[in-house]
This record gives sequence, structure tokens and C-alpha cells, in this order.
Amino acid sequence: MTGNSLPAVKLTDSGRPVLLPNEIECFFLSGVDLLSEDEPNTWFPHLKSGLLILTTHRLLWLPEAAVAASSSSVAVPLASISHIFPHKKSLKSVFASPRVRFQVSPSPERGVASSGSRSVVATVVVRGKGDCDAFVSKFWENWRGRAWEESESATSSSSNAAARAASTSSSGIYSSDGTVRMVGVSGILRKEQEMWESTDKSLQDAFQDLNALMSKAKEMVMLAEKMRQKLLSGSSSQMNATNDEEMGSKEEMQELLLSVGIISPVTKESAGALYHQQLSRQLADFVKVPLERAGGIINLIDIYCLFNRARGTELISPDDLLQACSLWEKFDVPIVLRKFDSGVMVIQNKSHSDEEVFTKIKVLVMKPDALRAGISPSDAAMTLGVAPAMAKEHLLSAESKGILCRDVSPDGFRFYINLFPEIDRDDMYLVKDQGIYSSWVGAIPAHG
Amino acid sequence: MQKLREFKLPNFFNYPPYFTLQPVRDTREKQIQLWKELIIDYCKTQKIFVIGIEDEFPLFTNTVIERSLTHEAREAFLSALVSEGRAEWMDKGRRKCLIFWHRIQDWADILLQFAKDNGLEDGVVTIEEIRFGTESQGTELQGIDRTILNRALKLLEQKGKLVVFKGTSTDDEGIKFSV
Repeated sequence: MTGNSLPAVKLTDSGRPVLLPNEIECFFLSGVDLLSEDEPNTWFPHLKSGLLILTTHRLLWLPEAAVAASSSSVAVPLASISHIFPHKKSLKSVFASPRVRFQVSPSPERGVASSGSRSVVATVVVRGKGDCDAFVSKFWENWRGRAWEESESATSSSSNAAARAASTSSSGIYSSDGTVRMVGVSGILRKEQEMWESTDKSLQDAFQDLNALMSKAKEMVMLAEKMRQKLLSGSSSQMNATNDEEMGSKEEMQELLLSVGIISPVTKESAGALYHQQLSRQLADFVKVPLERAGGIINLIDIYCLFNRARGTELISPDDLLQACSLWEKFDVPIVLRKFDSGVMVIQNKSHSDEEVFTKIKVLVMKPDALRAGISPSDAAMTLGVAPAMAKEHLLSAESKGILCRDVSPDGFRFYINLFPEIDRDDMYLVKDQGIYSSWVGAIPAHG
Repeated sequence: MQKLREFKLPNFFNYPPYFTLQPVRDTREKQIQLWKELIIDYCKTQKIFVIGIEDEFPLFTNTVIERSLTHEAREAFLSALVSEGRAEWMDKGRRKCLIFWHRIQDWADILLQFAKDNGLEDGVVTIEEIRFGTESQGTELQGIDRTILNRALKLLEQKGKLVVFKGTSTDDEGIKFSV
């Protein structure tokens, strides 16, 4: 339907747009049509009811139905907009849905239309609720800000521009395919020195007072990202020249810069009513790496710390985090929020199966030593490769499934394989030749 | 503990979770079931009629694995027997529990059998004789708990199978069968 007349937008697994380097989302509007009322309209697509995201670089339109999202999301680069018409206030517009008009010129090099097409007036029809006036003023601001020019010049000045074109078309913690990027090592300590000197000034400005800090915060994040890019760009060429010690410090530097990481944090200011929904998607993208590192299950508190650290500023409250997590049920994301009976909340992969954990626990608890003396949460922690507190949760849920049962004594709290179902209630002395009861009888010391 | 040695304990008596009241419902039900059977079996072979909840009842402690039932667990297991009519609390504070390893009806039948075996269908016998007399030696009636015996007698009296008459003291109480 959209053809190739507008560039497509790549989406992450959770349905968030993949942003360009240094691109920041500024405004969200839902229930938006994007179309051209020009006659005849030769190339501009007719897009009905979607989510409009204004960024510093582009105007993104995502369809509301998640299924179609990956195929039909489009972007209008702000660079291709030649004029934004003032928002007219007439009596008629009080009753109709608010409209914002702007002129789009074809620019084939940015993927907008083909050469020879004529420019059209595109219309944004805001059918949903949303502050249209605020949108327009932000739209103007971003369009005039020409943030894309900065990054375009940066890209072209890059020494190996052609080779890196693919990887730099992504931003922040995301790489072009939506996964979180793994970074190499580089050797540009010399450049770092220069940069720190220029940074020094902005640091001093930033710490003058809290307000100044807040206003500088975004710049700081961008600075961090820029430095990371620089570190990256030198990596392949000077790899051999660097010694181990330098590499160590570089890696540390990379880690530090990466964990600042989220260039465009979803904020209440930018997303408004869509705040939790967008936050939820961003969180889903973010969680992947720490989740993998933690073996498919991670404490909610840990994620709260990691996520807020990555955001740097614009910290979210625990409540917001909880809401964002509980919205995952509605999206097609591969992770879920889970609450254990004890009240402990964790984030886990959908593919993470309790059965697998239970199987491991069963094997552990059937070892002769465990048959005799049971297992403690720390024993299970070692086998499962998780924290003891988490291991205890697993043991308790295995208990509630009837796999284990408990032994509370002055020696402590231990778990045993559940033998109760194996014992014949009509003949208490019967031990069948096969089965776990007989294994247990075989494992305990004989006594008179 | 001497008595415990004569009694053959099932293997699971050395299973430590057997001594911890299990929180999971299905597991707990099975655990309670096994405890009820064991208590009844033990009382029957050892001729125990009363279990004091705080007493050193041999079953409630396993010195081999160093485990002992908590007060809560003891009460749970005995209560399970009470709710089935196989035991009865003797006081409101639930400190002593009377165990019916035979139901009262069964005890009544045993009494009638005793009367028949000893040719007492129309005879007279004292309660002392039933409990400690030569006739009852070797039978289940030997040493029977006074409360349980009274219950069985009352049941038979209601059916007209015997008459209880009081003597000058409790020791003199006697019964006359009329089977």
C-alpha cells in the first residue's frame, strides 16, 4: 500500500522504532492519520489511524495493530519537509479533528519518493486525544533545530563511512537489527584527552545548579554516546597496536559509557498518555541483555536499578516500572513479569520453563547424599546457577507442585524428595521394589 | 523407648519431613493419614489408651534422626483422629487425648463375646474383674481404660443387654448381663 514512497521504519521485537544515532523522541500522538489531500496525489501514502512519533530527526508513523507494524511503519525525514503551515484556527476546526499540514519535497537520497515526483502537502489528522498545539510547536522547534545535519556531517566525515553505514544507521543501545550492540575495543586515548578538555567546560556548567544539570543531562548522554562511537571507530585499525593494559581500561570505559546508554528515554513529557505503553516497550528491549546474563530470570529490583542507571536522568518510579511490566501481557514480547507465592517479583523469559528447573531439582534431590540429608537453597543455587534467594523460590514452587517436601529442624530448613505419595496407605510397611521410595530406603543407613 | 523397640516401625519413620508438618495440602493430607495409622497401630499393640500431648510419647520423637514433632503437629495429627471419631479430647485445653483403637461399638461386641466365653450370659461381674480379673487375662479387655469401658457399658445398657448397678464405692460397681 505504501510502496517505496516513504522510507520504512525498523521496529524492535517489542515494537519500538529503531532510532538513528542521537535521535530523540519528543512527542507521541495516538489515533493519527497521515495522508495527502492534494489532487492528484501521485505518491504520498494514505495511512489510517496510527501512532505518530515526533523525533529530532523524523516524523514516524506506526500502525496501531501490532501485527502489521513491522511491514507498514514509515518515516518522514524532517529534512525532506520544506514548509510547515501554521495551525489555522477557524470555527470549522473546532468541530473537526485537528489537522496539521506540511509540505514534503521528494528527496530520493533519503528514500522519499522518486526523482521527478512533485512535492505534496501532507496532512496529519489527529483523531485521538492529544495536545495538538503542543505538537505543532514541538514540530516547528525540531524542524528548525536541524539536528539531522549534525549527524549527517558526522557520518560523512567518518574515515570508513561506507563500511560503517550499516551499523551507524542505528542508535544508542540498539544496533540495526534491534538487538543490543556488542562493542569492540579501540585505541584513541589521545583523542579522549582532547575531548575531556572540551567536556570539562560543560561539566562545570552542569554542576552549577541542579536545573542546569537537568538541562545539560541530555547533552551529557549524547556526549557519552559520541565518545563511544569514537572508541568504536578506531577499534579495528589500531587493535594490534594496543597493549593489554590499555585494552582493559578501554573496555572499562566502554562499559561505563554503555550503561549510560539510553539516548532517548521515554518520558511522561514526550509520551503523555502513551507513556506507560512506550516505556513498557523500551523496557522490553532493554531487559534482554541483563536477562540473558542472569540465566533467563532476574529480580525486578535489579532491573529497576539497571534501567534507571541506563536512563541516567528521567528516572522512573517503582510504580511506573511495575505498570510497564504488567503491560507486557498486551504486547507480543518474549518476556513476562512473574510473582512468586512469597511475593518476590521477577522478570523472566517466556521460554524459561519451570519444568526444566524442576527436572534439575529432581536430579539433584535424588543423589544419595540428598536423599539422606536433603538439600538447602544454597545447594540448589550452585546447581541451578542462580542466587540463593532465587533458588529458594524455585524450591518452594517445586514444593507446592508436590515434588519436594520440607524438613524444619534445629539444623535448618532443608528440602527432600517428596516420598509421601509413594507410601501405601493400607500397608505402611510395603516398599515396592522400584521407585523413589525404594531408592530412598536404599540410601539411608540401616539401623537396628 | 523400650516399647518402641518391640514395635516394628515403618521405613518412613526415619524420613525427616515426616516430622515437619507439611504446608502443601496434598502432601499434608497424606502425611496426616500416615500418622493416624501409625498412632492407632502403635496404641493397639502397646495397649495405650491415653496420649498426653506434652508427654514423651515414643512415636513423637525419633532419636535416630534427631527429629521431634512440634506441639502444633501433634495437635494436628490427634485432631485428625478426633474428627474421624477414633479419638477424643479429654479436656478443653486439648492436653490429653483418648484413643479408640476399637470403636465403642466394637468394644461393646468384645464385651458380649467375653460374657459368652465365660458363661456369664445371665451372670454378674464387677468392673474390677473385667479390667484385671483372671477371665480377662490375655484378652483385649485386660487393662481397658475406665472411660472407654463405661461408654461401651452404657451402649449395651441402652440396648438392654446388661444392667449396671452401683456399689458402695466405684470399685464395687458391677454389671449383670442379660444377653
